[in-house]
Amino acid sequence: MGCNKKALGALIGSVFMAGATQVLAGSSASMMANTCAGCHGTNGQSAGPASPNLAGISESYFNDSMKAFKEGTRPATIMDRIAKGYSDEQIETMATFFAGQPVYKAMVPHDAAKAKAGAETYDKSCAKCHDEGGSLPGDDAGILAGQWLPWLEYSMADFKAGNREMPKKMAKQVEKLSDAEIEAVLHYFAGQK
Amino acid sequence: MANFTRRKFLQVTGGAVAVSSLGFPAIVGAASKKVVVVGGGVGGATAAKYIRMADSSIDVTLIEPNTEYYTCFMSNEVLSGHRTMDSIKVTYEGLKGHGINVVHDTVTDIDAAGKKVMTAGGQTFAYDRCIVAPGISFANNIEGYDEAAMKSMPHAWKAGEQTVILRKQLEAMDDGGVVAIAAPPNPFRCPPGPYERACQIAMYLRAKKPKSKLIILDAKDKFSKQGLFMQAFERHHAGIVEWVSAEKGGKVTRVDAATNTLYVGDTAHKVAVANVIPAQTAGAIAIKAGLTDDKGWCPIDGRTFESTIHKNVHVIGDASVANPLPKSGYAANSEGKVAAAAVVDLLNGREPGDPALVNTCYSVVGPHDAISVAKVYDLKDGKLNAVEGSGGLTSADSSPEMRAREEEYAYSWFANIKKDSWG
Repeated sequence: MGCNKKALGALIGSVFMAGATQVLAGSSASMMANTCAGCHGTNGQSAGPASPNLAGISESYFNDSMKAFKEGTRPATIMDRIAKGYSDEQIETMATFFAGQPVYKAMVPHDAAKAKAGAETYDKSCAKCHDEGGSLPGDDAGILAGQWLPWLEYSMADFKAGNREMPKKMAKQVEKLSDAEIEAVLHYFAGQK
Repeated sequence: MANFTRRKFLQVTGGAVAVSSLGFPAIVGAASKKVVVVGGGVGGATAAKYIRMADSSIDVTLIEPNTEYYTCFMSNEVLSGHRTMDSIKVTYEGLKGHGINVVHDTVTDIDAAGKKVMTAGGQTFAYDRCIVAPGISFANNIEGYDEAAMKSMPHAWKAGEQTVILRKQLEAMDDGGVVAIAAPPNPFRCPPGPYERACQIAMYLRAKKPKSKLIILDAKDKFSKQGLFMQAFERHHAGIVEWVSAEKGGKVTRVDAATNTLYVGDTAHKVAVANVIPAQTAGAIAIKAGLTDDKGWCPIDGRTFESTIHKNVHVIGDASVANPLPKSGYAANSEGKVAAAAVVDLLNGREPGDPALVNTCYSVVGPHDAISVAKVYDLKDGKLNAVEGSGGLTSADSSPEMRAREEEYAYSWFANIKKDSWG
């Protein structure tokens, strides 16, 4: 009776029209980041044994890594192929999701004696850039603390083989270290709680 | 409807004016937000968990007959003896921890008009949105392959008791016995699965039954990751594995369970162990509920995975027509998250956002040797779309070192997808 159907129709119509002109913003950060979880764990907390944790890594480290995978400048098994599916803007959106997660250190099986020996090497050669046991996202050097050991080993093997370029400061330090010292320091990072 | 004023209109529509550009009506009121998930495989479990992670005010019930679930993925490693049944077992305790009401019962029908789900145990569950993740059922493309034949010629294409039967037959077989895998026609669950299985069984044969052979009798002329598998057959399983395409006489049309014989037309293959994988359709409940098309699979809207046949019912995983996504575990996990996000949006009067999906799939083809395929998917012109230039296969000239890494990443995939879906 008192319902003005015409006015109601016009109201609904105007709402639809307004909506129709909006440009869709693309997939949300969580929508895209959740596709990573099948290999990197829910919210980037990996259950191992090799896939690295992504939780808490800085936006710049995530962006640099994904863009390097996409361009083929970082050795990869599968990440080069997956990274090619995203625009730089999509990568930057995903980066905000993982940077927003608390840093996650997994309980990684490692050799305690090697980790202990590695602590000395760490203090001497790594701590300047990988501060607080490699657990600070602000370093923009990736989170090394509580990372899965096989991934740390693969990464170092790629650096040593010259398949992945080391920052100059890192190259200078790595050059001075024996294989045993490097192995020990990787156990040290893996063992960080 | 007296005195329907504009003010009242706004009150009634609540979150109001969240009427959408794409025609998703806003949900009126916020009293009831009930979701029923049918099926506790990888898709259903993931959807249930991700709904609760996004909005803990939504009441989620997951209905699954089994109290313990065995993953199809990595079950081929049980056949080779590389892992135990226990290692592919998951429980529903993790989902209960997310506040999901887990009910162990069998869904017998879905009343889409009345928005309710009925079970064999006589229970009825009302829903606002239903997510159906029914997996697969088997078609009758092979004469003589009935329920009884499945006990002696196991398909092992749903992990569990069937996996155990096949493993025990391999163990009991005399050295020199022939194993046959009858591979199904497209489309089917886990496209690389039969060929990874051949590799896994061949590893067992080389170690324990060196005089034995394995023959793949295929209903197809080509298959997933074919080039990489053919390389792996040569690299690791030469003299053991033989693949016979459909056109070369591989298409099994009939079996005789009494004599363990597979027939390709009139040609008989009498073997020691027969692994018969029939053609497939969507799981039985999807057919019963009228969610399937004339080919036996469930058509869906790519944005929300809502059935294009029944409103308020979403279908995910192997049963859905989600191509170009394959019928894989990772795709089901990814689809579960898209459906979960859409359901959360719809129940909160929001328009569902753009979906993003990924498939990654590993096959362990030899000792410390795995290969993979991956792809990124989005929505283009309203349809699911494989992003151009993304993904693809392990390179044919990938080094042994990189393939060994892929094996470690395959096991990482397994650990993480289990935890992401059921944990």
